[in-house]
This record gives sequence, C-alpha cells and structure tokens, in this order.
Amino acid sequence: MAEIKLLTEHYHKPEFQTLDGYKKNGGYDVLKKAFKMKPKEIIEEVKASGLRGRGGAGFPTGMKWSFLPDNGEPRYLLCNADEGEPGTFKDRLMMERAPHQLIEGMIISAFAVQSKKSYIYIRGEYTKCLSVVRKAIKEAYDAGLLGKNILGSGFDHDMDVYSGAGAYICGEETGMISSLEGKKGQPKLKPPFPAVQGYLAKPTIVNNVETLAAVKYIIRDGAAAYKKIGTEKSAGTKLFSVSGDVNKPGTYEVPLAYPLRDLIANECGGMKGKLKAVIPGGSSAPILNADESNKVNMDYESLAAAGSMLGSGAVIIMNETRCMVDMLNVILHFYHHESCGQCTPCREGTGWLEKIVSSILLGRGRPQDIDLLDTIAQNMKGRTICALSDAAALPTISFVQKFRDEFEFYIREGRSKVTGQPIKRKNIKGSHHVEMHH
Amino acid sequence: MFQLSKDGLAFVKNELTRYETKRSAVLPALFKAQEENGGWVSPEVVVHLSQVMDIPMSQINEVLTFYTMYNKKPVGKHHIQVCCNISCAMAGAHEMADYLCDKLGVHDGEMTKDGRFTISRAECLGSCDTAPVMQINMDEYIENLTYPKLDQMIKELK
Ligand SMILES: Cc1cc2nc3c(=O)[nH]c(=O)nc-3n(C[C@H](O)[C@H](O)[C@H](O)COP(=O)(O)O)c2cc1C
Ligand code: SF4
Ligand code: FES
Repeated sequence: MAEIKLLTEHYHKPEFQTLDGYKKNGGYDVLKKAFKMKPKEIIEEVKASGLRGRGGAGFPTGMKWSFLPDNGEPRYLLCNADEGEPGTFKDRLMMERAPHQLIEGMIISAFAVQSKKSYIYIRGEYTKCLSVVRKAIKEAYDAGLLGKNILGSGFDHDMDVYSGAGAYICGEETGMISSLEGKKGQPKLKPPFPAVQGYLAKPTIVNNVETLAAVKYIIRDGAAAYKKIGTEKSAGTKLFSVSGDVNKPGTYEVPLAYPLRDLIANECGGMKGKLKAVIPGGSSAPILNADESNKVNMDYESLAAAGSMLGSGAVIIMNETRCMVDMLNVILHFYHHESCGQCTPCREGTGWLEKIVSSILLGRGRPQDIDLLDTIAQNMKGRTICALSDAAALPTISFVQKFRDEFEFYIREGRSKVTGQPIKRKNIKGSHHVEMHH
Repeated sequence: MFQLSKDGLAFVKNELTRYETKRSAVLPALFKAQEENGGWVSPEVVVHLSQVMDIPMSQINEVLTFYTMYNKKPVGKHHIQVCCNISCAMAGAHEMADYLCDKLGVHDGEMTKDGRFTISRAECLGSCDTAPVMQINMDEYIENLTYPKLDQMIKELK
C-alpha cells in the first residue's frame, strides 16, 4: 500500500516549528481558503469526509459539530491534548514538531463552529509542548492570525493554553471541562453532552489534537479526496504510536485499514523477538494474540470485528518473553490509580482487579480467581459515568480469555509460565492508593 | 509563613483576570506557589493563596488533593519520576526505579535524608517509543534510560 503522509509530511524539518518555516511549506494558506467558505460549508465538508475523532471514541467529527444548539450563546472549542492513555505519544510529537499545523486546524474548526475562544488543554508533564505551543500562539497573534478580524475575514478568535496537573481522567471530555473551570477533573453524566452544555455550561466542542489538525487537510484537498483514503467507515490517515518489542518504535502515519502486520514489518523495522500479542489502541483496548494481529487491519471496523478497538492509535507490541499476568498487573495498577472514585463499580472494581492479579503474582492466587476476574470485569462494563471503568474491564476480560493458560500456570506453580520464575517486584500490591479509598 | 514573591504575586493576579472565571486560576496558581515553596504545597501555601485570590480554601484544597503533580509533602530538590507504565515497564523501568531507591537508600516516594532526592514511579509520560523515560521536576524528559545514565545523573545532580 502506498505511503500517504498528510499531517506528518514536514515533521522532519525543524523549520516547520516556526511560523516562517511553516508558511514556507504552505502554512495558513488553507485558512485563507476556509475564510472564503461559509461556516456551514466547512461543517458539511468535514461531515462528508468521514473524519472520526482521533482521541479514542471515534465519533464522527462533523456530526458532533452539528449538535451545537443555535441559541446565540457563546461557544467554546477545546483541544484535547491531555494524551494520558498509556502507549499514546502522537499528540506530543505534533505539538512539538508542528504547533502551527494544530493552530491552523483549530482556527478553521473554530470558524466552522463559530467559536470565539478556544483552549488547548495540555497535560502538565508536557513542559516542552506547553512552551512550544505558547510560543507559536504568540507568533500567530503577532502575525494577525489570532485576535480580532483575522486576515480581514471579520472573524475574531482568541486561543489560549491551559496546563493540566497530572490526572488521566482529565482526558475525558467532561473531566477536562471541570478541570478547565479550576475544579477536580471528575467526569459528568452525559447527556447533556458538552456540545450542548460544556465549559461554563455553554456549548463546547472537545476534539483531539490529531482530529483538529486533520480538518486542515480536509479543507485543503476536499472531502472527496480525503474520503478516498482508508475505507468507507474509516476515512483518512491515522497516526499510530508504536512502542514495545519492535526495532523502530515511533509515530507513523499510514492510511486507515493498513495491515498491522505491514505496520510492524515496514514502518517499525520488524519484531524484536517473536510476536506474541498486540494491544492495538492504547492500554484500554482488548489485547490481540499473534494470530489475530497478523490478520487484522488498522481501522475502526476491522479492529472492532476482531474484538478490540482502534482507540487512540497506540500500538503496544509484545514478544514471546512477556508474561501476561505481569502485563495485566501493570495495566490494572494504572486504571486503579487513575479512577476518580465517583462510581462504585469503577472505584472498587479497579482496586479489586489489581489486588487479585497482584496476589497471583505474589504466588497467592487461587484457582477461582480467574473466573472471579472475569465476573468482576463483566460487572464493571457500561455501568459508570465514564469509560474508565470499561478501560480496566476490557483488557482484563481479553487477557484472561486469550492467555488463560498463563494465569492457570502461575496460580498452580507460583511462577510465570513464560520466564519460569516468579515475577519479583518490590512494588507489587504496593498501590498507595489502595489505602486512599478505604 | 509562606508568601509569594513579588513576581509570583503578579503572576497569580494576572492569572485571575485571564480566564472566564477566577477559579480557573487555581491550577496555575498552585503550580507557581509550589515552585516558590521548594516543590510542595504546604497548608500555609493554601491559606496564603486563599487570601490573595479571594477563593475559599476548600476550593483550593479540592484541586490540590485531586492532581498528582501537586506535592502534598516535602520533596527532594530533585524529584525523579520514573515512568513505570506498560512500555517503560517492558523496557525495565521497575528495576531501574528499584535501583535508584536502593542506591539512595529510600523507598518509593520517599525523600533522601539530605533532602536532595525523591524517587517515585510515574504513569505513562507519553514518550513510550523512547522507553524507559523519566522526568526530573518539571524539566524535559530523559529518555532511553540505561544504568550508566542513571549513575551519571545521580553523580551530577548535587
Ligand atoms: C478515561 C478517558 C480518558 C481519555 N483521554 C483522552 C485523551 O487523553 N485525549 C483525547 O483526545 N481523548 C481522550 N478521551 C476521549 C475524550 O473523552 C473525547 O472523546 C475526545 O477528546 C473527543 O475528541 P475526538 O472526537 O476528536 O476524538 C478520554 C476518554 C476517557 C473515557
Ligand atoms: S467510571 Fe471511574 S473514572 Fe469514570 S467517573 Fe466513574 S469512578 Fe470516575
Ligand atoms: S509507558 Fe512510559 S512513557 Fe509511556
């Protein structure tokens, strides 16, 4: 399959980080084009392109935009640059290498939804992104690309950056909104959706960094051209953050529906060791075994059909040396640590799952624990305010189902089937947040 | 008693006017105050912020306790956070965190007696392709960690 680079075409050029360098490579030309269109036309174009949100849920972007009520209230645009999903690092790269590409995509999107104010919510750990993006915004203001009457279009728009402070849950859109309001980042029940009642109870569109940047290319090339890339239900290119046991981990842009096998062989320089399993969409996605990985294509529908999901496009690759009991423990520790505590199934369930898996690792597992893991996880699905509970449940169900023999062996023998030894870690079961919740 | 510096106060006052609500200034103000208070937010810091921002202490405490980047107890001059999430764990991050703890004679999250270091485990830092990764205070990441790199770093950070 031919390589298609839209968003990442100029990533290798250091000049692309500055306004001048960006302009030399066609920067802000698409904004001029967009200003010649009507906002509604841009929304229609984005709808027709088939673009789906790149932040995790894959919701159609144009459709989300058209949910905005027409009630004359101010509207906000929020760029989700929290990027907390383990395995995901594509947005960081875009902000560092191509901050103006994001800003241009955001101004076009803001014009489309008629928002006069946007925020880029960046996780606090990303100190470099924070300063690169702040600097780029200042350059844009100085060049009249932000502020009043942008490029003589009559459109006014202000943009600012807001720093998170270390909470994965602030990546969830309603949690992010609360955080931006200066509160705890706890998610809220939907509906009402942010498009109707978001930041300060005003209509708010929350989109991922990659989604907003992609809008620029839809307007540049037209919806029809964009839709030609990928498949009917998964249009366009996608940035995949690949990590783990491959020779060249990194961020790669490929057309959607690209075979996972090819991604590993061509882009990632092949496996380090022998392929055992892949988590294709961030650590909250169900795991695929080698067989499934070799057959699946990287698009929304193929991954769903394979029982997993595309998520944020974080591909975590494991070779034959990886103990699945150990891997699941790492994942569960994370979701337990990050549960905001509002919903009982999530607060208690994530802790319980972690406790069971870590007790297996310590050689204290019981045969009934495997089914218990599955039962707890099944009861955590779809019963909570946000999807964090599912994010812990889905990997658990899939790990236990696909690698049951490893869990059974560990429980029986008190050691890993893969390494032959007990997994020894000082901090196993050492989740300091266990106490917090009791 | 903790007091923001002149610059710190000017920063906080400006943040109070920058957003649509005053309350949005709580997160940036806490970062600033933490920086000026030697890396952590003491109860006195909260009292002071509440006064200068005219925001109830309860609202500041709510934010303080929710987010992990605000330290609720003193931390070393160099707060070393080793990512131990999945890709870093695969690359040996847990063992490296243990190594640092042993070398400095502390447990996870503890500060060394001389106040120079605190070692803790962090969640995914969003740099999994360069695992293992760590962050010291609010600086840029240190990537592709190796044991010699760790040794060198401890030697250099006085
Ligand atoms: C627990 C949780 C964490 C999330 N973290 C992120 C994140 O870090 N970045 C992101 O863009 N979306 C994240 N999302 C998805 C957002 O809620 C939201 O769907 C997304 O930002 C919408 O943008 P999109 O339509 O462009 O994908 C998260 C969702 C959940 C439930
Ligand atoms: S599912 Fe978990 S993280 Fe989400 S709102 Fe409920 S308790 Fe909080
Ligand atoms: S797992 Fe360590 S940076 Fe992502």
